Amino acid sequence: MSIATVSTQSSEPVFHVIDEHPHPEGASTMLGFWIYLMSDCLIFAMLFATYGVLGGNYAAGPAPKDLFDLKLVALNTTMLLLSSITYGFAMLTMEKSKLGATQFWLAITGLFGLAFLGIELTEFHHMIHEGATPQRSAFLSSFFTLVGTHGLHVTFGLVWLVTLMMQSARYGLTVANRRRLMCLSMFWHFLDVVWIGVFTFVYLLGVLR
Amino acid sequence: MFDNPELLKLIFGRLTLDALPIHEPILVGTFAVVATGGLALLAIITYFRLWGYLWREWFTTVDHKRIGIMYMILGIVMLLRGFADAIMMRLQQAIAFGGSDGYLPAHHYDQVFTAHGVIMIFFVAMPLVTGLMNYVMPLQIGARDVSFPFLNNFSFWMTVGGAVLVMMSLFVGEFARTGWLAYPPLSNIGYSPDVGVDYYIWGLQVAGVGTTLSGINLICTIVKLRAPGMTMMKMPVFTWTSLCTNVLIVASFPVLTAVLALLSLDRYIGTNFFTNDFGGNPMMYVNLIWIWGHPEVYILVLPAFGIFSEVTATFSGKRLFGYTSMVYATVVITILSYLVWLHHFFTMGSGASVNSFFGITTMIISIPTGAKMFNWLFTMYRGRIRFELPMMWTVTFMLTFVIGGMTGVLLAVPPADFVLHNSLFLVAHFHNVIIGGVLFGLFAGINYWFPKAFGFRLDPFWGKLSFWFWVSGFYFAFMPLYVLGLMGVTRRLRVFDDPSLQIWFVIAAFGAFLIFLGIIAMLVQFAVSILRREQLKDVTGDPWNARTLEWATSSPPPDYNFAFTPVVYDNDAWWDMKRRGYTRPLTGFKPIHMPSNTATGIILAGLATAMGFGLIWYIWWLAAVCFIALLAVAIGHTFNYHRDYDIPADQIGKVEDARTRVLAAGAQS
Repeated sequence: MSIATVSTQSSEPVFHVIDEHPHPEGASTMLGFWIYLMSDCLIFAMLFATYGVLGGNYAAGPAPKDLFDLKLVALNTTMLLLSSITYGFAMLTMEKSKLGATQFWLAITGLFGLAFLGIELTEFHHMIHEGATPQRSAFLSSFFTLVGTHGLHVTFGLVWLVTLMMQSARYGLTVANRRRLMCLSMFWHFLDVVWIGVFTFVYLLGVLR
Repeated sequence: MFDNPELLKLIFGRLTLDALPIHEPILVGTFAVVATGGLALLAIITYFRLWGYLWREWFTTVDHKRIGIMYMILGIVMLLRGFADAIMMRLQQAIAFGGSDGYLPAHHYDQVFTAHGVIMIFFVAMPLVTGLMNYVMPLQIGARDVSFPFLNNFSFWMTVGGAVLVMMSLFVGEFARTGWLAYPPLSNIGYSPDVGVDYYIWGLQVAGVGTTLSGINLICTIVKLRAPGMTMMKMPVFTWTSLCTNVLIVASFPVLTAVLALLSLDRYIGTNFFTNDFGGNPMMYVNLIWIWGHPEVYILVLPAFGIFSEVTATFSGKRLFGYTSMVYATVVITILSYLVWLHHFFTMGSGASVNSFFGITTMIISIPTGAKMFNWLFTMYRGRIRFELPMMWTVTFMLTFVIGGMTGVLLAVPPADFVLHNSLFLVAHFHNVIIGGVLFGLFAGINYWFPKAFGFRLDPFWGKLSFWFWVSGFYFAFMPLYVLGLMGVTRRLRVFDDPSLQIWFVIAAFGAFLIFLGIIAMLVQFAVSILRREQLKDVTGDPWNARTLEWATSSPPPDYNFAFTPVVYDNDAWWDMKRRGYTRPLTGFKPIHMPSNTATGIILAGLATAMGFGLIWYIWWLAAVCFIALLAVAIGHTFNYHRDYDIPADQIGKVEDARTRVLAAGAQS
């Protein structure tokens, strides 16, 4: 926006914008989405704090050592990290306005996301089958809630991903669609960062404990 | 079909005809009154064929001004409900002596005090504060709307959805009997197996989504949409306090969402977060909820501080004293508000060091607050003070709030708190700061900005009557509670043995009656002002000779707020414009880009509310259907890429010409 400056001949101030252009559409979206992510981050912070306080309360039930299979979790982490990389490729191809390649990388991202969820559900199923249910102890309550909330976020991310792929296919990589893909990108990487916290704080430290 | 309990359970969950309180005469009477009133209102709307108008111009609007007004209406309607609860409690406590059980059974009384707290904080104070910010802040920064206008509409309807759920609990089932923060283990499924706490949880969760999103929205608006020239340190103080409040909202409401979600998991699937066995820890809940709860009180009071700053400067005819220190004080309060939560439960037994830390941080908050107080006093010093209604509320606030602040510092001393914890002294203290700070601030704000919103002032006679009833009623109602608290009376009691206490409760009840008259006078003030709107009319757009940008446009402002975006050179932008001989541009209008109305917000909020109802009553099919519908509607909405339109230049020219004629006519008369 060009600001009407004081005209050179007189010191008469100008109190309004004369040559006005509307704010570009979606000018605040990135900031707004970033603030949303931080509020979401706080929800995770609360769940981490809860896990930190209650995570040692096994109530004579199973402890992390008895339950966590680090190999499986490492595989799962790899899936999610790879999905972040492929999302990065999707954004790079989007910058070059290659719709087909973008869609391809988004699809790959989605598949990695699905694999992540599948492995997570397998792990949950296995634990519950062994009697390590969310009701068994405060440790398990906070574990299932923290990891499950992350998984729920990934699920919503997948629904969103499919929606955006449909919209990109239908309307092309328009300004609006690029902005949306950018938001989902931030969301997806955010979930990755949260997962690194989960992996370190819950799984690695849990097995050490 | 009706004698198949399994099928009925599948369809209605645990909702049965017994949920309707037909055996409680007070509730039946209330229902009759509410139903008659509601039906009359619906009949009037239908008779005057207003549904289409309301739907098109109000319910689906994305205009921040109309949304702001709707928030205010919601707040005032809920104030009536919350106050009805208050006066019921005062009456009960005044008569339940000498073996009398009063007139409220325990089951009902416990719901009344819970509902009173929840409604007053979440559905009175929050909507009123959010409404004022919504209305005033974009005008103060010279913007045409908020950053995300659709989100704004959605946030409002989510707040309404929460209010609807809480109101519904009055006639379908019951409300929580746990106190306004629903501490476990009492609020857990073992001790509160009925729907009360579920109404509480889902009412707050639905409204909380709206509050968080509106916080994000208003932060973006302030950061991104300020008029050129308005640097951060040239923003009006109300905008500054709005910014800090919304930062607090975004940084604290997720905590509430998380902790209520954990409580729901405990209640619905039997996890062990806050149970007494299997490793659960009820104090975890108390800590978490106060990490939200303490910032919440600053969320409410900071905008009130902003209002007082605007009012004091305007009605003293002076620039605000100590603008910079005011801003820094606000920011310091914002940060400190996160470092004091534990003072709500010193008695938890966290030890001397922890209690000392939180006691000291709590006392430190009184320093920036005191700085603000002196800034207002120095602004008044040697000013030409006009004692209009907003200024009257402001001066009363200063006197009242200082008393509340001092009792607050007293409570911040851990040893003193061990004596006063959960006593009526505490109840008196927080009513002292919330009524004396937040509510008086909102009344100042309503009287101050009403002419901006509607183009005519509020009637001063009824306003003053309401003022005196409110203020005297406040002192009569709450000063006795300080005395009772010091005598050791704890909060939330229903019956009393010691006859010497009764006189204080009777005085408090008399105070509540005075406040009742104050509320009536306020409603009359609105009605009289509407009837006398021609005499009270303001054509200038600046009835108080004020200082900030919202007064630069007409009253009420046009849809687009400002025909040209203003350029700002000074803190008091409009005062600066008036002083330097600003003339309104009359030609050269350009089309203005504006967002279009949409019904998606109200539909989504309606579905969320229905989903909440399903979850409360275990009507799983309803919850599932609503959830899927929510997703479908939300995704469907994103397929609409055309969400705005242009107001053509000649239409703006017409509106502005009309204002020119009004101004000219006003100047002649």
